[in-house]
Amino acid sequence: MTEETPLQTHPDRGGAGTPLLQAKTLTKHFPLGGGAVVRAVDGVDFAVMKGETLGVVGESGCGKSTTARVVMQLIPQDKGEMLFDGEIVGGQALTLKEYRRQAQMVFQDSYASLNPRLTIEDSIAFGPTVHGVSKANAILKARDLLERVGLDPARFAARYPHELSGGQRQRVNIARALALGPRLVILDEAVSALDKSVEAQVLNLLADLREEFGLTYIFISHDLNVVRFISDRVMVMYLGEVVEIGPVEELYGDPRHPYTRALLSAMPSMDPDNRTMEAPLAGDPPNPINPPEGCRFHPRCPHAQTVCAKVKPVLATVGEGARQVACHMQVPGSGHSQAPALEVAA
Amino acid sequence: MSAIAQGNAAIIVPPLAKSPGYWAGVWRRFKKDKVAVGAGLVVLAIILMAIFADYIAPADPTRSSMLRRLRPIGTPGYPLGADELGRDMLSRLIHGARLSLFMGVVPVFIAFVVGSVIGVAAGFFGGKFNTITMRTVDVFYAFPSVLLAIALSGALGAGITNSLLSLTIVFIPPIARIAESVTTQVRAMDYVEAARASGANAITIIRVHVLGNVLGPIFVYATSLISVSMILASGLSFLGLGTKPPTPEWGLMLNTLRTAIYVQPWVAALPGAAIFITSISFNLLSDGLRSAMDVKG
Repeated sequence: MTEETPLQTHPDRGGAGTPLLQAKTLTKHFPLGGGAVVRAVDGVDFAVMKGETLGVVGESGCGKSTTARVVMQLIPQDKGEMLFDGEIVGGQALTLKEYRRQAQMVFQDSYASLNPRLTIEDSIAFGPTVHGVSKANAILKARDLLERVGLDPARFAARYPHELSGGQRQRVNIARALALGPRLVILDEAVSALDKSVEAQVLNLLADLREEFGLTYIFISHDLNVVRFISDRVMVMYLGEVVEIGPVEELYGDPRHPYTRALLSAMPSMDPDNRTMEAPLAGDPPNPINPPEGCRFHPRCPHAQTVCAKVKPVLATVGEGARQVACHMQVPGSGHSQAPALEVAA
Repeated sequence: MSAIAQGNAAIIVPPLAKSPGYWAGVWRRFKKDKVAVGAGLVVLAIILMAIFADYIAPADPTRSSMLRRLRPIGTPGYPLGADELGRDMLSRLIHGARLSLFMGVVPVFIAFVVGSVIGVAAGFFGGKFNTITMRTVDVFYAFPSVLLAIALSGALGAGITNSLLSLTIVFIPPIARIAESVTTQVRAMDYVEAARASGANAITIIRVHVLGNVLGPIFVYATSLISVSMILASGLSFLGLGTKPPTPEWGLMLNTLRTAIYVQPWVAALPGAAIFITSISFNLLSDGLRSAMDVKG
């Protein structure tokens, strides 16, 4: 071997059962003029286990993409920290540059995320060359990756982005994200701009690549069907906060938070006998500049009571432990009439 | 993957047939634009004329003759007439192209380099740095460019170097402003975010991802300033702040022939026509370049 060390696979420090990424009270506020602040991400806690896909859903403006950008460290958080395989991101043991080898991102706009002046293979090879891989090796790796994402390198490697279709470009973006050999890939609405048939192909590709490279995904989407297909666990966000996290089938089958319920009931059903009967949510989400006191969902919640307007519910484990919900109705003794009764000590 | 692991310095990457890239597309579209191609040919002819002036010019541009002052166009031996000192107009126009082109191109080129550095840095780094830099640049906008050039030249004193310097200073702010706005657009693109996400530092990102996408539009804008620069330079010479006689320069020639406007109006108008043709050719060329480059994808 020469002194050039081509991107090594990263050692797994904590073992298979540990979280790959832990976000602790991640907060990002954007100051506007005149002292107003947009609370885009407000104290978000979550963990992504190794090898799993965490789906993130929520309405537009709920802070999904800001969360993605903070996790990718494209924008610094105001508060909170992240642990990547047990190490603080940006700390002594895991520098930001090193972290960026291990975490990569695929963006929604397949065209805007490729430099129009670079050939496909140059775009993919850029990341590795930044980390000290020689240009020749990086190009070979790029062609190898093109093959793996289903694009013939002989046909596509030397082309320019505008000569490709949206689906092909998104495959290139996936190859580009994989070029650094990451362990975590953040997919920010990565398939949302594709038409349905292409979307399905790219989703299958993503699922295959996850197996092949042992990847962990954070999959952000507003499309609940897609999230259900690809995710192991789902995190529901509302106005910059996490309202519910749980295993995908459990959460889809038995949503606990009224917002999750509303969101899922707004999902179009393919079964005419299973049409949505409950009225969908009324109104727009409140302004994140001045979020409501107490539970942020209470102005739109059909079950809201006085306690909801006063006390902010915390994300708490309910049931057998895999599910976390931030709702007073799930907390015994919260003061909500629908809350489960307090267990009286015998 | 295994092929990569065995990698060493002697790796040969098989070249692939490159698809015609962006510039090939620009050239294809540019070729279709008859006006732009014509203007480009005129510019080329003027440049060649300036380079080979010594061989083309029929006479010595500084040899005067008191007997043949202000001859009309078509006088034998003086195809475009003679000026107020009996010098051959054709030879003077051919030689004048050198200095006029020089004064048109050089200040714009220097301003292109300096203005791009300022604008790209301001646009890319944004924030307070952008505000301070661009507001400083804006100060220059308080003065009309002609007045600024005259004021600077006047303060620095007459001469080619000084007028070159003052013209450069005049052109830096508009170029920096264009560079800043184009860079701000490019910086917001996802591919720049993706490059940051791959751990690249600012210099690498600017070099690989920003410059390739901003220099084209800045360059097109700069070519449109060449004609302005030529006219301003001629203006400075006209006011006696640029070239000094007897050096042939179109602006200066226009100035000295001004008194002969009633005696030989056609001869007196010739330097103006030369300035006009050159500057409009540069403008049309830059327009053609802009529309050839302004295509999505």
